[in-house]
Amino acid sequence: MRSPSIAGRRGGDGPGPGGWTARGRRAPPVLRPGHGPGRPSQDGLAAVKRWRQRAAFAVLGALTLLVLAPLALIVAYLVVGGLPAISWEFLTRGPSNMMRSGGIFPAIAGTFLLVTGASLVAVPLGVAAGLYLSEYARPTLFTRLVRLAVVNLAGVPSVVYGLFGLSLFVVFLRMGVSVMAGSLTLGLLVLPVVISSTEEAARNVPQSHRHASLALGATRWSTVRHVVIPGAAPGILTGIILAVSRSAGETAPIMFTAAAFFLPRLPGSPFDPVMALPYHLYVLSTEVARADPTLRLGTALVLLTLVLLSNLLAIVLRARMRARYGGGDET
Amino acid sequence: MNRRPRAAGPLRPRLRGSEGRQAELVLAGLASFSLLVLGLIFLFLLRESLPLFKHYPLPAFLTGTEWQPTSTNVRFGLIPLFTGTVVVTFGAAVISVPLALGVALFVSEVAPRRVRELLKPCLELLAAIPSVVYGFIGLLVLSDWIKGAFGLDSGLCALNGSILLAVMALPTMVTLSEDALRAVPESYRHASLAMGASRWETMVHVTLPSARSGILAAMMLGLGRVIGETMTVLMVTGNAAHISFSLLDSVRTMTATIAAEMAECPWGTPHYHALFAVGTTLFLMTFAVNAAADVLLRKEVR
Repeated sequence: MRSPSIAGRRGGDGPGPGGWTARGRRAPPVLRPGHGPGRPSQDGLAAVKRWRQRAAFAVLGALTLLVLAPLALIVAYLVVGGLPAISWEFLTRGPSNMMRSGGIFPAIAGTFLLVTGASLVAVPLGVAAGLYLSEYARPTLFTRLVRLAVVNLAGVPSVVYGLFGLSLFVVFLRMGVSVMAGSLTLGLLVLPVVISSTEEAARNVPQSHRHASLALGATRWSTVRHVVIPGAAPGILTGIILAVSRSAGETAPIMFTAAAFFLPRLPGSPFDPVMALPYHLYVLSTEVARADPTLRLGTALVLLTLVLLSNLLAIVLRARMRARYGGGDET
Repeated sequence: MNRRPRAAGPLRPRLRGSEGRQAELVLAGLASFSLLVLGLIFLFLLRESLPLFKHYPLPAFLTGTEWQPTSTNVRFGLIPLFTGTVVVTFGAAVISVPLALGVALFVSEVAPRRVRELLKPCLELLAAIPSVVYGFIGLLVLSDWIKGAFGLDSGLCALNGSILLAVMALPTMVTLSEDALRAVPESYRHASLAMGASRWETMVHVTLPSARSGILAAMMLGLGRVIGETMTVLMVTGNAAHISFSLLDSVRTMTATIAAEMAECPWGTPHYHALFAVGTTLFLMTFAVNAAADVLLRKEVR
């Protein structure tokens, strides 16, 4: 958001008023407070204002750097500390010696299983709900309630999802602490993410595309299927990737529904418990005495890499989608 | 945030086809699932909480000042856990609200377009870091810094949690505040600039007040996240269940209590039901915060 003043257009190194600053000759002495564009100040007040603004902007910029510093620090710390731990054995072997050495393969595989299960739950439900809200929903009481529910589901703490999964899936439906119960819990947790991104993606498909399809005699549903869904696909994919990354990193919801402290083998059925990366990191850092510190750092690095890379992918996809429809960056 | 006006009128007659009707009904059925889930969450939390009050009266739970779930004389008093949550949340708010305000102003009003397009993904990445990784950093790095800076015996205290939670809440707060600032009509800014105000004065006296309720909602949604955050506080706040209002004391929040004790607690015992009662209280608290933020946002739209 540039300054809308006309004065902002000139200034800089363009010709001054009159345009006679020829090369090699000294520029006429122009009274300018600082080097900002605009006309010389008539009185001291304008100069004070300008300095005050410059100081304020500098402070705001410094705050922004301060807020982003943790991102750089955390990534740098984990890369420096964790990289020495990463090896082929670390990624493909199970923990050994009471989790004080060895690798993290069962945790990686467990997280993969849980994320896949969660996506199987969240993607069909979330995409359908997002399409309904964008393409069909009229302003009825039902629509309002659904929207309210989506907003509130997004605000429910993850540990409460854990309690819910424990009482409904583990105890009431007798699934036990299992991949199944954990996947269902995580799936419901990320459902609002998929719904909101699908709805946004579908709304970004220009209305004229729908009109064109309807004018050719297509029904409403075939318009949704052949025009809206393909147009919104990158946005929907973005939402799915964000949901995947979120479910890969969550710990509290799987603590009582799926996660095993230590399990040398992979689960044999969906009703077995699994190890998972975030829970494994928690266990390594709080409950295993005298663990090799690089083991924890390595585990944290693998988890962080997984999550940040999928988020980067989502960001790139979304940027390309927005470029396609020439939309702004409003969400 | 900005809803495009819908061209509902001309499309309406197309609905008559039976195929379209079926598709709409199926999608509506699947959409109603989120309503069902929200209902089920509340139902199952209540279902598992209520048996506690057969053994242990509700007023004693709500006003009890001791949490001793495993001693011979069990006490399920919510107050120490509640104050733990309040202290950590308060600390996080003091740190994050001014920062979020400054960054939102910078991103929306000062930064050139290119810088903004770089900053927003960075904020998203900050939000994407899993809470267990934040806890890990708090345990390994931040606790030593705090120990040194305040001369404490242990760096595992409320302040450690507050700092980390502030970082975690910032992306939500900044993004939503920025949305609110950008929703202020450009003509307001032009009017102020035309009157001779500087851009800074325009931000402070015109843009910020106009976006007030949206910014407030953003801060509340950020704090709603803080109240519900579990793994970070479980790992870094020390987990002593006692009443304390000092940021340098070890505290235990409601979320941390559930996470720490549920894993070792046999199903169906009073302790199990008490943890569900804590969860129900937490659910109601975050629900209230989110609902209040929603009301503020609606005010903004009008």
